[in-house]
Amino acid sequence: MSQIKNLNRRQFMALTGRAGGVLMLGSALGSVGLTTVSSATSVANKTDDLGNSLGAFVTIKDDGSVDIICHRAEMGQGILTSVPQIIADELGADWSRVTAVLGNADPKYGNQNTGGSASIRTHFAHVRQMGATARDLLEQAAANQWGVDKNKVKTQNHHVVYHDKSLSFAELASAAAMLPVPDAASLTLKDSAEYTLIGKEDITLQGIEKIVTGQATYAQDIHIPGMLIASVERPPVVGGKVKSFDASEAKKVNGVVDVIRLKDRSFPVNVKPMSGVAVLATNTWAAIEGRKKLKIEWDHGTNVSHDSEAYKEELIKKVQIKSKQARVEGDVYAHKFDSSRTIEATYTVPYHHHMSMETPAATAVIEGDRCQIWSGTQAPQWGKTLVLEELGWDPKTDYDKVEFNTTLMGGAFGRKSKNDFTIEAVELAKASGKPVKVVWSREDDVKHGFYHSTAANYIKAELTEDNRSDNWIQRVVAPPIAWIFDDKTSHLQDGDLSLGFADIPFDIKNLSCETPEVTTHVRTGWLRSVGNINNAFALGSFVDELAAKAGISTQQMWLNLLGDDRSFDPQAEGFEGYTHYGQTGKKEYLLQIARFKGVLKEVVTKSGADKTLPEGQGWGISVAASFNSYAAAATKVSVVDDKVTVLEMHTAIDCGLAITPDRVRSQMEGAMIMGLSMTLESEITIKSGAIVQNNFYDYPVSRMTQVPDLYVHLVSSDEAPGGVGEPGLPPILPSITNAIFHASGTRVRDLPVKKRMKI
Amino acid sequence: MVKLTLNGKALTLDADPAMPLLYAIRDIAELTGTKFGCGLGLCGACTIHLDGNPIRSCVTPLSAAKDKVVTTIEGLGDEQTLHPVQAAWVTNKVPQCGYCQSGQIMSAVALLETNTSPSDDEIEAAMQGNICRCGTYPRIKKAIKEAADNLQKVKA
Repeated sequence: MSQIKNLNRRQFMALTGRAGGVLMLGSALGSVGLTTVSSATSVANKTDDLGNSLGAFVTIKDDGSVDIICHRAEMGQGILTSVPQIIADELGADWSRVTAVLGNADPKYGNQNTGGSASIRTHFAHVRQMGATARDLLEQAAANQWGVDKNKVKTQNHHVVYHDKSLSFAELASAAAMLPVPDAASLTLKDSAEYTLIGKEDITLQGIEKIVTGQATYAQDIHIPGMLIASVERPPVVGGKVKSFDASEAKKVNGVVDVIRLKDRSFPVNVKPMSGVAVLATNTWAAIEGRKKLKIEWDHGTNVSHDSEAYKEELIKKVQIKSKQARVEGDVYAHKFDSSRTIEATYTVPYHHHMSMETPAATAVIEGDRCQIWSGTQAPQWGKTLVLEELGWDPKTDYDKVEFNTTLMGGAFGRKSKNDFTIEAVELAKASGKPVKVVWSREDDVKHGFYHSTAANYIKAELTEDNRSDNWIQRVVAPPIAWIFDDKTSHLQDGDLSLGFADIPFDIKNLSCETPEVTTHVRTGWLRSVGNINNAFALGSFVDELAAKAGISTQQMWLNLLGDDRSFDPQAEGFEGYTHYGQTGKKEYLLQIARFKGVLKEVVTKSGADKTLPEGQGWGISVAASFNSYAAAATKVSVVDDKVTVLEMHTAIDCGLAITPDRVRSQMEGAMIMGLSMTLESEITIKSGAIVQNNFYDYPVSRMTQVPDLYVHLVSSDEAPGGVGEPGLPPILPSITNAIFHASGTRVRDLPVKKRMKI
Repeated sequence: MVKLTLNGKALTLDADPAMPLLYAIRDIAELTGTKFGCGLGLCGACTIHLDGNPIRSCVTPLSAAKDKVVTTIEGLGDEQTLHPVQAAWVTNKVPQCGYCQSGQIMSAVALLETNTSPSDDEIEAAMQGNICRCGTYPRIKKAIKEAADNLQKVKA
């Protein structure tokens, strides 16, 4: 739950600087993230129509139009529409008169670090409260004017009404803005039956006209007069440093202004740059051309020994042996497995990269004791803290000296939670004394990412006579993300194991969930659904293998293993460390076995995955719960002469209350398409410590010709809202490989598929 | 110094003729609707029209545009008067992050200028050089068909 409090009027004015007149921190371009930037010369910018602020999120302009802050970062998931939509609904606003404004980094909004599919599922109540606060102020202002009790008036369609009287938001705004902000406890939220915008299909998307006309501003698009563009050559191996460099030829390139060596930073790698040499020029091309002429000798450090293929073999060996137990039920090791009814299998996935269409970029301007940042980051407040640290400024007393503007992101998928590129811009702006925009090439992006961890999962289970299981051992190993922050962590943590692994929802008598020790050699990071990727691939494949052994349908095998409909709390069933995506202890978010079954049934029924197919074709299904939502996938493939063609893909999603159903569908479509290339063809490999891949030609992602017909089946639900950005992905991978098995008899346990079959 | 017509305006860009058009347009002409995606002509994010033909501006030198007509996404339509393809992108809610969509739209417009009612295969052939990592392809296909229909109606 977010920590935001309603600010009273005085606190609010002090924070925004409104009390001081029309000059305020937060330039027009900074506060309106969708506006094309043409000029920005100083920290203080005059703004014209400040409007009347009703709480921290809502501003009513003089013409009655409403600006609503979206405090969460927009990377394509549609939150720029959904947060204002929730507020506008509670406010009683006319959606056509609402403009979303991307919020800068500011603690007054609460948590802005956008990841974990958390924006709605952890902020819904708070965001509604922001709308209700503004509505309450308008209603009080109207009630005062009419001399009636506030409870007697109501708000609808951009007006406050009382019998035949009506006042528009424009007429009420200035009076409302002078009233004390009401206590949160005194606010009444709408009943769900009264929603006018939430859950509606015909919601226009905020900012879409700007996107289709090329007017939307991404981090790459920032242009500050006099700024230099920086292109940085970074150490090829994690922990490497510049031994020596020669910039003489680089400096001869027309347009190159400066060459600056970035400082060497030690482990832990954290989310900061590590080392490198930057070429600064008056335009991007000069910076790129200059960089090509750098001569750098590297000290690669110890990770030069890392080889991803050898490492994967080590991981496979590790999961064959009993290791640290994260969850235990009964005593599976006291059981003697009957080999005739037992299956064991090991599944592996490679490192993966986010491959957002927009490569990382950030701009920094430092003027005296002020700093302005524009960054395409999922983590603006975290980024701001890092900027203050980089500048050596006090995070408390100097906090407001840094203005951290968030731009739209051209994709992120977890990569842009890490602000290494932002810190590069600050370091270079400080060193050069000029405004600096750091832009990453595609090769920079591919070779200096924070990768989804390569992983090995092992599962062994014995079938009972009635085709369930009472004896089950599973292990997972992957380089843990926590390592980047402490340089020590050598096991996956409880949070990692809560991602579709030790929270396995099956009704099993004797269960052991384990994770071996491992060393880490690369920057690992969160990538859309994180550990669910490998865990759902392993479990979804294994259930299909069990079904084949038992001679029953995969759907029936899932039903048998899931057991009776019930609430399922892994903490109460042997997994004390369960983190439940931050919702432990909340009844409304307890895992519900019926909801697993519901999406599974929905996807099978709607796709026809239970129907017989011609020779050479097969359906594959799987299901996974993640981020408080439930998703099931069905994929149809054909396999001819070892060549796989994906013919059709379906996803059924139960995300509880769907705020913006169209954006739920778009996320499921995107997850199917990302899952397709992740399963079939993409992988990051490492040789001599360095990333082998370079660009789209060797880290391929799905193109239009490869994408089959896609279908999304949105399960109507009034349960508490779950995540949307990530939950669609996990079941896709096993649905594809299971389909390949049913079409051809070939079981793919090591991704990507292209290593074994033609695609 | 290279003279060209950019979105209907004659202008001279003061840049090295070897500079890729992408950077000349973004850094020198300060039109940022055209995007960088790969730098190798692989992803289509930088697609613009040169004398009406779709090209990858990241691998085309500025010199190639000498005395020619360049159209970028900004030259198609503005927020008040969208080009029919842009309008179809809005009604089909195509974009997710939106970053690749300038290039997608420029490729789609070029397709519809030579083929008024493309089949699925023809759409795929024309669009396969444009990558969308968010996965908006099914909606792009629908939007292109809708735009084709609308353009036909305008002509009829």
